[in-house]
Amino acid sequence: MTAIQNPRSGQLGSGKIAPQYKRSGGSKGNFEMLAWLFMRLSGVVLVVLIFGHLFVNLLVGEGIHAIDFGFVAGKWADPFWQFWDLAMLWLAMLHGTNGVRTIINDYAEKDATRFWLKVVLYAASAVIVILGTLVIFTFNPCPVVDGVQLPGGFCPAP
Amino acid sequence: MWSWVGHRITGVVIFFFLLVHVLDTSLVRVSPEAYTAVIGAYKNPLMALGETGLVAAIIFHAFNGLRVIAVDFWKKGAKYQRQMLWVVLALWLVTFAGFAIRHLSLALGGH
Ligand code: HEM
Repeated sequence: MTAIQNPRSGQLGSGKIAPQYKRSGGSKGNFEMLAWLFMRLSGVVLVVLIFGHLFVNLLVGEGIHAIDFGFVAGKWADPFWQFWDLAMLWLAMLHGTNGVRTIINDYAEKDATRFWLKVVLYAASAVIVILGTLVIFTFNPCPVVDGVQLPGGFCPAP
Repeated sequence: MWSWVGHRITGVVIFFFLLVHVLDTSLVRVSPEAYTAVIGAYKNPLMALGETGLVAAIIFHAFNGLRVIAVDFWKKGAKYQRQMLWVVLALWLVTFAGFAIRHLSLALGGH
């Protein structure tokens, strides 16, 4: 005779039980629905941002050979590309983090494992988003190296 | 089913690449030399193949993601999901071929 096992699922609110199977209202409100919607909206925008990014950085002109400090400096001297890259950073990181959160919920069986994996995930994501944002905005495209101004059409004459 | 497995795997791969990619780009804030040194490491044949594989993953995830969105929001999406998978694969092939030819001939073509 096959015994029916107890459900292995975690506690309510742990993310392990799909929302439609919860009998209690739960305190998460419609977070999961907003997350679902965000995955789709950000996905559409990311197609444009990422395809544009790959096209401009790898396919135009000399492609990868053109990429060096001056290339990045030239792009970020322009608020248009600062904004493009900032939007791409935030959307891709939130989209990716939420996607990996779903995957952790799906495969990590133990409540404690799931909890710690998510702590690591959120910490790593926060570090990357903050670092990336600071780099885009505090970056100086016209550094003076050893008293010499780097060449670049976008830099003011020294 | 397999398109879902593919979507999941490509999603995770892209995510981990993105973490590294933000870190390497952050070196522009350290010094021009640091950035140029690390970016130089990308410019070899092995990395060219790696980049091409990564872009293959991104193109699949992007087009298949649009298909998932169409299934969810378009009235007839569920009915045509199978046909749309073929469209995804066809678009993937064309876009990827275009990218691979251009990028590999630039990256491997020497300079
Ligand atoms: C290029 C444009 C992109 C589109 C159109 C797109 C679309 C989607 C969609 C529709 C989903 C499904 C969400 C769900 O089933 O609820 C998804 C999942 C996911 N995406 Fe994306 N995405 C894109 C870019 C990215 C990027 C750049 C990353 C990584 C940083 C990423 C990582 C993921 C992950 C990890 C998942 C979860 C997979 C799963 O639950 O099986 N995606 N994406």
